Amino acid sequence: MSLREVLPVVRAQTAGTALRIEGVHKSFGQNHVLKGIDLAVDTHQVICLIGASGSGKSTLLRCVDLLETIDAGRIVFFGHDITHPDVDEILVRRQIGMVFQSFNLFPHLRVLRNITLAPVKALGVPVAEAEEEAMSLLRRFGLADKARDYPDRLSGGQQQRVAIIRALAIHPRLMLLDEVTSALDPELVGEVLDVIRELALAGMTMVLATHEMGFAREIATRVVFLEDGVIVEEGPPVQLFDTPRDVRTRRFLGRVLEAGRM
Amino acid sequence: MLRTARGAIITSTLSTLVVIGGIVAAFVLAPGSRQVRSVYFDVHDMWQAFLGDPHAGFYSVGKGLVINIEMFMIGEVLILGLALVIALIRLSRSPLLFPLRMIAVAYVDFFRGVPLILVILAIGFGLPALYLPFVSSQSAFVYGVLALVLSYSAYVSEVYRAGFNSVPHSQVASARSLGLRPRTAMRYVVLPQAVRTIIPPLLNTFVSLQKDTALVAVLGAVIEANRAAEIYSSTVFNYSGYTVAAILFLLLTIPLARFTDHLIARDRARRLAGVP
Ligand SMILES: Nc1ncnc2c1ncn2[C@@H]1O[C@H](COP(=O)(O)OP(=O)(O)OP(=O)(O)O)[C@@H](O)[C@H]1O
Ligand SMILES: [Mg+2]
Repeated sequence: MSLREVLPVVRAQTAGTALRIEGVHKSFGQNHVLKGIDLAVDTHQVICLIGASGSGKSTLLRCVDLLETIDAGRIVFFGHDITHPDVDEILVRRQIGMVFQSFNLFPHLRVLRNITLAPVKALGVPVAEAEEEAMSLLRRFGLADKARDYPDRLSGGQQQRVAIIRALAIHPRLMLLDEVTSALDPELVGEVLDVIRELALAGMTMVLATHEMGFAREIATRVVFLEDGVIVEEGPPVQLFDTPRDVRTRRFLGRVLEAGRM
Repeated sequence: MLRTARGAIITSTLSTLVVIGGIVAAFVLAPGSRQVRSVYFDVHDMWQAFLGDPHAGFYSVGKGLVINIEMFMIGEVLILGLALVIALIRLSRSPLLFPLRMIAVAYVDFFRGVPLILVILAIGFGLPALYLPFVSSQSAFVYGVLALVLSYSAYVSEVYRAGFNSVPHSQVASARSLGLRPRTAMRYVVLPQAVRTIIPPLLNTFVSLQKDTALVAVLGAVIEANRAAEIYSSTVFNYSGYTVAAILFLLLTIPLARFTDHLIARDRARRLAGVP
């Protein structure tokens, strides 16, 4: 099955490195949040970032989307150093789709307009074409009847699916998902995970921060464990979850297990 | 249900009658009532002042109000523009704009702190005294409007700023993450959400701008309603002209005030219903 048949918005990508994070440091004032992060992501891979609250997962994703300026190191995106001062960060962001924990849909715009805003106003896609594609994505994920609604009429799960579609509509080469199910009632988590599963199946390159260990185990090519701004351990899910090498990883997984999230 | 609703209407009607009746009685029965009525509320004088009589040396308060409305209309547009510029400068983050930001802060502090009447006097008499080309040769009307614009822009820029700040930062972050340019994000994401917060206080400010146009009377040369009333009173020695001016200003400001209340109520109802 070809990737584009499954989801036409997923760009065909040649095998290779999509993202390489090299020695990235980031501080907020005295708070040294990222302390030398190195991470490589190949096309079609799904990387799951796990780690305790405050370990720097969100900050790392925001740095990749250039929503934060890094203090040291560099980030290479499809061969281009996007942290170089001369880079037009807007053009970079147009190739990266980001989804936030709190959805952040635009409350004053209907669902359809939420999705078409960036294609039309940032990419210059004709309105009719953008709407057609938005409708086909909404249909694809069972939300076609919500196109004319305002976001606050939707359930949290529906809003988050719209937010994913909105990010997909710019045809990103990489998707960053920051704990996209954490703000949802438990019974709504599944519908959002289904969407992500489909994206993975379609070959979308993704980095996601998540607290859903079961899901990470199922979907991840590699799981990356962060603690205090450093990558403690990374590996295939089976290895990392079943035979963690580092004592800190074992301690973290133990706590998660106790909390019943696995 | 019906009983209590009807009861409430009867109670409120009665209490209104008692309060208004009390005020009128105090006014009519006061020892100086006759005097006050003939000096402030003389129907003949009020009508005279309203119409004006150039041969008798006084101007029409009614025509004067047209000038107030002109000052308001022209001033309003300029205030909306200048205040937006000031607010955007203050909201900017670019280090390049730091000096401009300092100027904007000083501007707002200054004009919010100085009484409007002093600004009008300073501009209206100060600029002509400088004998500069162009700047010193404008009409009193222009100086009056300029003073209103300078002063009110400071207030209105704060109204704008509060509105922009009411839009959560996460909205800006998601607009940026979609690759919208800052200007596009401002236009399609921040501005429409800010407007809703901005409109009610903005209209309130304009209610007070409408009546503050009367302060331009201190320049003497602009025969707006208040100045016309002043001329009338000093010609005829009767203050009824001021009463006419007051009534005309009320006729102007009350509709705008009611409209503002209506918008606030409608917005509140929508918020409660959860519809943007
Ligand atoms: N904009 C900011 N300004 C100041 N400090 C920040 C900012 N963003 C994050 N931090 C700090 O950076 C640290 C890491 O935060 P981050 O949100 O990256 O953690 P996280 O791993 O995503 O946690 P969680 O699981 O709770 O989402 C925290 O101490 C946080 O207080
Ligand atoms: Mg986070």
